[in-house]
Amino acid sequence: MTETSAAPPETTASPATLEVDAPLVTEILTGFVREEVRKVGFERGVVGLSGGIDSALALALVCRALGPENAIPVIMPYRASSPASEGDARLVAAQLGATPLVVDISPQIDAYFSDRPDADRNRRGNKMARERMSILYDISLAREALVVGTSNKTELLLGYGTIHGDMAHALNPLGDLYKTQVFALARHLELPAAVIEKAPSADLWEGQSDEDELGFEYAAVDLLLHHMVDERRTRAELRALGFDGAFVDQIRRRVRDSQYKRRPPLIAKLSNRTIDRDFRYPRDWGR
Amino acid sequence: MVTTVDRAAGTPGGLPGPAAEPGAPPDGPATGLQVALAQMAPRLGDLRANLARHLELLGEAAGRGADLVVFPELSLTGYFLKDLATDSAVRLDGPELGALAEAARDVDAVVGCILESDDHRFHNAAVYLAGGAIVHVHRKVYLPTYGLFDEARDLAAGSRFRAFAAPLRSAAPPRPWRVGILICEDLWHPSSTYLLARDGVDLIVCPSASPGRGVGSGTELGTAQSYDVITRTYAQLFTTYVAYCNRVGYEDGVNFWGGSRVVDPEGHLDGEPAGREEAMPLHRLDLGALRRARIANPMLRDERHDIVDAEAHRLRHRDRD
Repeated sequence: MTETSAAPPETTASPATLEVDAPLVTEILTGFVREEVRKVGFERGVVGLSGGIDSALALALVCRALGPENAIPVIMPYRASSPASEGDARLVAAQLGATPLVVDISPQIDAYFSDRPDADRNRRGNKMARERMSILYDISLAREALVVGTSNKTELLLGYGTIHGDMAHALNPLGDLYKTQVFALARHLELPAAVIEKAPSADLWEGQSDEDELGFEYAAVDLLLHHMVDERRTRAELRALGFDGAFVDQIRRRVRDSQYKRRPPLIAKLSNRTIDRDFRYPRDWGR
Repeated sequence: MVTTVDRAAGTPGGLPGPAAEPGAPPDGPATGLQVALAQMAPRLGDLRANLARHLELLGEAAGRGADLVVFPELSLTGYFLKDLATDSAVRLDGPELGALAEAARDVDAVVGCILESDDHRFHNAAVYLAGGAIVHVHRKVYLPTYGLFDEARDLAAGSRFRAFAAPLRSAAPPRPWRVGILICEDLWHPSSTYLLARDGVDLIVCPSASPGRGVGSGTELGTAQSYDVITRTYAQLFTTYVAYCNRVGYEDGVNFWGGSRVVDPEGHLDGEPAGREEAMPLHRLDLGALRRARIANPMLRDERHDIVDAEAHRLRHRDRD
């Protein structure tokens, strides 16, 4: 930049727009978990606990809603997972007073990939996410516990999750909270500093980092998503707020291209009453 | 706050007692009214369970001395019905409203339901029951169909706003209370309240199923803040009581925030609004307070309905591009 060039436009979109009232949100989400679990006749919730902030928050909400004795954290390391992740997961469970189950997924992953040496890390990562899902659903049936999901609004909008893997669950208390709001709530609930302060990672391979992989920071994309999605701002309005046009286009494309992950499978319409199109019942039907 | 009224204040024979001193307002018969707000969480599409809960709460309210019990919008069915709207509809001559009317002998009641007409239209309705009969039906006029709402897809819209003389036998008021019903979104259109005021309303009953949303704007939900403003504003501008009964609970992940309240004709809350849990607060309303508010702030007396009519006529017939 030369001395004569204009200063870069200040982003007038303020991070304050992402602030939430943490006690109020906690109360609503706690009630959500309690009522939606009990409506189906269950008392327990099962959460895949990774050592990251999302699953820590989800577990904290389940513990508040149903009591730690009714929360089932499941830690599912693969042999290449970071040992620190398992340590953080145990720390979270211990602080919340919930007893974790530990299931090593290495044998089933290695058995599958033993004759598929060409599988890249994305295939292996997706497979791990889906094996974990299948374990959570087995525990769900065995222990009469609903699977509580951990996908936040940022991941869901960007499609940054594995369909039928971590995106599969019965209830999701975090799905309307951006990642930065997840952090705020985790601080409010005083979750372990180690979990709040480390860089977010799916830990599907060594050294993976969400923000490196995505190519932008959560703080920046959350602010954009809030103005784009929640406030329905046009591209011109977003530019006027100081958002980079290429960034806006990139994110809009990502949201559009991952829409399939947020919808149930398409059903070919034949009859006059097709499921979810003109056969429309709430899930809480009769509850 | 809660006004204490001695129901035995009047003299036998209905003549007002002597004023305590010359120039003091005359004593009269009892002017109080006890209104219970049955802030409940219906089971979605389960008429039988909800009916049983209504009968239970009516009994409880009568036992606590209520003259009128207000249930939330669609209290017999729950709110996000989709195809359950037609499945869980009732008829005016059906057994469900019959049982509720029967239960509404000692206490009047406003209940919410999907009402099916003889020509098979389905309305989001609030039914006023008293003395074993149906006294009044309000069919929701403004069906929100935007954002998370989809009412006009399944329901037919009502076409009238009417105030009516409520029986309220247990309260034995010196003159009838005129009551008007607005269901949730109806309240967001100031013309609804204006028309009821013009129809002589003393008490606007607003059954509601307001989903909680907006968590970034202070310690209250955005929706709760909005309802706080509009209930107090209408009560004050139209010098009328507003009894707002919202539901609680969750449907498919959506929370309903409760916050049921009564606002007096000066725009003041009667006590604290209810919280986000099931509750049945009892409020004491008073025709004396209504009279005092209208003496102090005679906007209704001064309202120029002739100008409203003339201007509405002009606007209706003006040329439009």
